[in-house]
Amino acid sequence: MSDTLLSVQGVETYYGNIRALAGVNVEVKKGEIVSLIGANGAGKSTLMMTVCGSPQARTGSVIFDGEDITRLPTHLIARRRIAQSPEGRRIFPRMTVYENLQMGASLDNLKYFNEDVEKIFTLFPRLKERQSQRGGTLSGGEQQMLSIGRALMARPKLLLLDEPSLGLAPLIVKGIFDAIKKLNQTEGLTVFLVEQNAFAALKLSDRAYVMVNGQVTMSGSGKELLANPEVRAAYLEGGRH
Amino acid sequence: MSITTNTNESAGGNLTARALREGIFAGIVALGLFVLFVGLETTQNIRNELVLNQRWGLLAIFVIIAAVGRFLTVAYFQPSMAARKAAASKTAVDTEESFFKRNFSKIAIAALLIYPPLMVMLFGVQGSLKWVDNFGIQILIYVMLAWGLNIVVGLAGLLDLGYVAFYAVGAYSYALLSQQFGFSFWLLLPLAGILAAFWGMILGFPVLRLKGDYLAIVTLAFGEIIRLVLINWTEVTRGTFGVSGIPKASVFGIWSFDVSAPNNFAKAFGLPMSSAYYKIFLFYLILALALLTAYVTIRLRRMPIGRAWEALREDEIACRSLGINTVTTKLTAFSIGAMFGGFAGSFFAVRQGFVSPESFVFLESAIILAIVVLGGMGSLVGIAVAAVVMVGGTELLREMTFLKAVFGPDFTPELYRMLIFGLAMVVVMVWKPRGFVGSREPTAFLRERKAVSGSFTKEGHG
Repeated sequence: MSDTLLSVQGVETYYGNIRALAGVNVEVKKGEIVSLIGANGAGKSTLMMTVCGSPQARTGSVIFDGEDITRLPTHLIARRRIAQSPEGRRIFPRMTVYENLQMGASLDNLKYFNEDVEKIFTLFPRLKERQSQRGGTLSGGEQQMLSIGRALMARPKLLLLDEPSLGLAPLIVKGIFDAIKKLNQTEGLTVFLVEQNAFAALKLSDRAYVMVNGQVTMSGSGKELLANPEVRAAYLEGGRH
Repeated sequence: MSITTNTNESAGGNLTARALREGIFAGIVALGLFVLFVGLETTQNIRNELVLNQRWGLLAIFVIIAAVGRFLTVAYFQPSMAARKAAASKTAVDTEESFFKRNFSKIAIAALLIYPPLMVMLFGVQGSLKWVDNFGIQILIYVMLAWGLNIVVGLAGLLDLGYVAFYAVGAYSYALLSQQFGFSFWLLLPLAGILAAFWGMILGFPVLRLKGDYLAIVTLAFGEIIRLVLINWTEVTRGTFGVSGIPKASVFGIWSFDVSAPNNFAKAFGLPMSSAYYKIFLFYLILALALLTAYVTIRLRRMPIGRAWEALREDEIACRSLGINTVTTKLTAFSIGAMFGGFAGSFFAVRQGFVSPESFVFLESAIILAIVVLGGMGSLVGIAVAAVVMVGGTELLREMTFLKAVFGPDFTPELYRMLIFGLAMVVVMVWKPRGFVGSREPTAFLRERKAVSGSFTKEGHG
């Protein structure tokens, strides 16, 4: 179990009195790509936000790299090198692409900024072309690249991606997923991915969890779930790209 | 050939006819609007009876202004604007910025440095008083206040409607401490800043979770609380009577401006006695303080804390997910903004020699905020220009005595100050919705610095 990076154990999260997560167990090992699929309102994003401590889990615990981070405030969780590309991308619209990337490197106070920014620009050449443009004027795909790039600037041990394919054309989604795969293979980056686009996500991941109504109902390797008739019926038939 | 001239002529004729029509229509609307407000006036006579005055002449002037204004707008202004727009879109936009535009801030600082001697040369020692004090110092105080508020509102995006509270804290800190303990200005200036910063933090703590409208209401209340405390805590603040006889500042204790002092500035240099020297000294003092504010703002923007402020304005959740502690970021914004308010406040006390709660009403906060918004949030140059236009404009109104010849001897142009202020704001917001300088200079760049245009973004985001 020493290679477990993130472990979510029996987590229950509430919005007021409404229970959004009903005892979720998820595990992410070092160097894995793990995805979490499910319908709208299943609690996928809530689980991701709970890992980041906003909102905090009411019961259960979140263990990261052997440390209990359940009760830590969000910015301290981020300092444990969990970087997130949040749902809806949430880049800084008035700041330039370059400044957005700088914000991502605030943890190390820009110590590795120059070498890291080159890496991001090789990964997403579009960002290099757009570097002095304001974040808000980028296209959706470029914003997603920027959001992931900004998260990577923090030199994360674990990258959380919340619906990176949201509102993007299939070709751009493929580009972004290829980039994630490349990062995972060349740098051994651990990725935890929340996706609506089940087919693309399952193809990409080593393992996956299926979430329904705040609970994990199924788990297995990406290939297994792709072949699973229930998963196919619920998430894949008609939704294939 | 003949056809084109024909159409041109008929278009010109149409235009004049339309302009006349619209002018007459505007006149009728103005008549309807102003007949009760301007045409009729009720006053009390000596026996306390209500008398109805008829001011048809004044009403006629209003109506004529409206009608002629509309006529000129439609007939000449709009076509020329359209022509200019067409010409501008044709010519290349990539023209090199002029020398003046590139070095605007340097030229402005140099002009400010030679401003007092120039005024003394032009109007004499006594005559320069008005120009240095009413225009120079008055405007610079507002420039400094607006630059201070800019840190909170423009950079960190925290809408603060109670900024004048920190101004008051600074002013009373200096007024009371110098009277009670006889401390000098140079000791109390930093102290007033620290006290104001402390109050900034006190305000900051309860409002940490608030944003936008809710934050604005709480800060508004905070500003009023400070003012009411100043009014009601009479043992310390002497209530509405205010604190008077506040000691003057000295040139670092070397020269004094007290008339009786042996080291009086005028005596030391063998100059004729005048209060103008003190005002000129104060001018340079507030100039230095304002420039300090600008310098600190520019430096901070390039430091992690300044970047964090700007990121906080853009997206708080994203900030937290990047490991930025939003609590300390907000508190530093509040306290550093408040500190400059405190500096300005203690300068205000030294300049007036008298402080009372009346100087710290909500209207002051509103004016400072208006200057920040008009100038373009976050832009130092824009804010300075807005302060000159707004504060200098209202001061200029006092000078327009010739208007009395037009509107009669009872006409006091100052009374129309807020009207013109409001009008100016509407005009600026229509033409430049993001303020005079709507673009923002990035603090980081790879090869070339490129101003980021404010166009094509939502108001308040651009």
